[in-house]
Amino acid sequence: MVERTPILNFVTHVILFLGFLMAVAPFVIVAIASSHNLKDVNDVPMSLLPGSDFWLNIKTAWTTADLGPKLLNSFIMATGVAAGKVIISALTAFSIVYFRYPGRTFIFWLIFITLMLPLEVRIVPTYAVVANVLSPYQTILDLTGLSWLIEKVSGVQVSLSLGLLNSYSGLILPLIATATGTFLYRQFFLTVPDELTEAARMDGAGALRFFIDVLLPLSRTNMAALGTIMFLYAWNQYLWPLLITTDQSHATAVTELKQLIPNVGGIPEWNIAMAGTLIVMLPPLIVIVAMQRWFVRGLIATEK
Amino acid sequence: MASITIRDVKKSYAKSQVVHGVDLDIASGEFVVILGPSGCGKSTLLRMIAGLEEISGGEIAIDGTVVNKLEPRERGCAMVFQNYALYPHMSVAQNIGYSLKVAGVPAAERTRRIQAVARTLELEHLLDRKPMALSGGQRQRVAMGRAMIREPKVFLFDEPLSNLDAKLRVQMRSEIRKLHRRLNATSVFVTHDQVEAMTLADRLVVMNGGRVEQVGTPGEIYNRPASRFVATFVGAPAMNILEGTVELDGISLLGGSRRLAVQRAGLAVGAQVAVGIRPEAVRLVAPGTAGALDATVDLVEELGAGRVIYVDLDGASFSVMTSEAVHPDPGSTVGLRFLLDDMHFFSSQTGTRLEVFKASVPEPAL
Repeated sequence: MVERTPILNFVTHVILFLGFLMAVAPFVIVAIASSHNLKDVNDVPMSLLPGSDFWLNIKTAWTTADLGPKLLNSFIMATGVAAGKVIISALTAFSIVYFRYPGRTFIFWLIFITLMLPLEVRIVPTYAVVANVLSPYQTILDLTGLSWLIEKVSGVQVSLSLGLLNSYSGLILPLIATATGTFLYRQFFLTVPDELTEAARMDGAGALRFFIDVLLPLSRTNMAALGTIMFLYAWNQYLWPLLITTDQSHATAVTELKQLIPNVGGIPEWNIAMAGTLIVMLPPLIVIVAMQRWFVRGLIATEK
Repeated sequence: MASITIRDVKKSYAKSQVVHGVDLDIASGEFVVILGPSGCGKSTLLRMIAGLEEISGGEIAIDGTVVNKLEPRERGCAMVFQNYALYPHMSVAQNIGYSLKVAGVPAAERTRRIQAVARTLELEHLLDRKPMALSGGQRQRVAMGRAMIREPKVFLFDEPLSNLDAKLRVQMRSEIRKLHRRLNATSVFVTHDQVEAMTLADRLVVMNGGRVEQVGTPGEIYNRPASRFVATFVGAPAMNILEGTVELDGISLLGGSRRLAVQRAGLAVGAQVAVGIRPEAVRLVAPGTAGALDATVDLVEELGAGRVIYVDLDGASFSVMTSEAVHPDPGSTVGLRFLLDDMHFFSSQTGTRLEVFKASVPEPAL
């Protein structure tokens, strides 16, 4: 339904514009602050006219926080999370929607529960597991007395250990293991007509073939959406990378921003901090702009 | 080319049984149409032949091989779906050739066969298009092409024409018929549209409530319906049914207001029968003519080539189809006349056809 009411149109536009201003204002201030020199940025109130030190500040921020390798780390982590999430979600949703096996509902609820337990809630056990991935198995072996038995029989002491601290897999894997994407795909798969599945069966395609040849191409826009969301989510992670990267070589850009924030009693270099923020914000912005075309394409061509 | 043998096939879901023991023999190269109202189990039966539904009881054999446990791809059937079920992201050529690709047919041969099928169906200029960019009739043809390319033993059609507009449906109907004549492959076609069924079928299977009501040529089904259900389901407008009671010297109709002087030939006095007369078998005569029933005109439906006249016969609604140039006014009285040969008798209890009255006088006095 299209309403033609000029007054209402005007009001909605005003509201939209106000919302836009509220969303964009912080970015503008960050950009302006990053162009000031040390004195101007600490003026109260800060001048809203851009200064001339923008490139200098950017350069300083880049070298101070060593952003090059950190951005690369962030990029690897975010891409890994996005790709892993897209693949795992598609596979789990495929299993839940298209197969009937014992325990299917149970598994469905297990996945569902992870929605209620985000990483922050289970961060201590997750840290313990990442510190030694095999510790749950070790516990099982110890509790059942199997490790005692093995030691008695073979004389080998069972001590399983595989640590993922300070590694990309340690950064990535725990962030993949949540259910949001699974449900997104599940909803999409449920809208794929049954006839299509049956047509593929009549054409002789097995389950995996159907998944790869029909379902995945159909869910391209879904993948783009989920991938983008997950990229942003992983890029913005702070707590988890901070916790498991004790070694500078695996720190991410977002956690390293902290280095640019002036300490109490230190030089208040807010212009440098803002410049660093701008740099770190840039990659997610590029991803969104690039992916937006896909969203629009997906919205126009409802290929169903 | 293959024959299909269906023996006592049943289908039940958790709570309800939807197909109750169907027996059917389909000869090699035959075009069989399964006709029935929605929910009668016709699609389920077809899907059991295809292998998309498990068979709960009985067995289905294609070419003498029992296929109950075989996957759809191993049965040699191809199916055309109601909504075409084309893969939206593939071009027409990819859609048609997908089964060959899955089967690992080399690309060169695949292209050759796609070309051949496209030529048959006049789709050559559309091969690069996506299904989105096709009209309903073209999509229908692509769906047919996808079935044809595998050179299947059996073609299965699940109401493939029901999404097309009336004109296209008639056109596709004759195309399917022509295609069948050329390929001569065994075909099973499911529909709820009786015109489609009558025009396409070598043999017609009428189903109701999970059971087969009658199997026969379209002529047999129309002229000698085996049950009251078949009689009223096939034919448009539907056959008129008048309830009657068998008496010593005939049948009393419409609660005793009319009498049909026929021999009761073995039926017990007092038995309830249903007398069916097709609207097109009724002739209009002047009111008061001897041997005719007088009735009041309710409504006249103009069909162009003819007209359907709905009349009120002592409270019962009755329709007459005529091609004569008569235009009785609503409210006027007309005489209705029909021959005994045109009457069908069914038991009111079981609905089965009764043949007992046929040895009677040719024109009953009413």
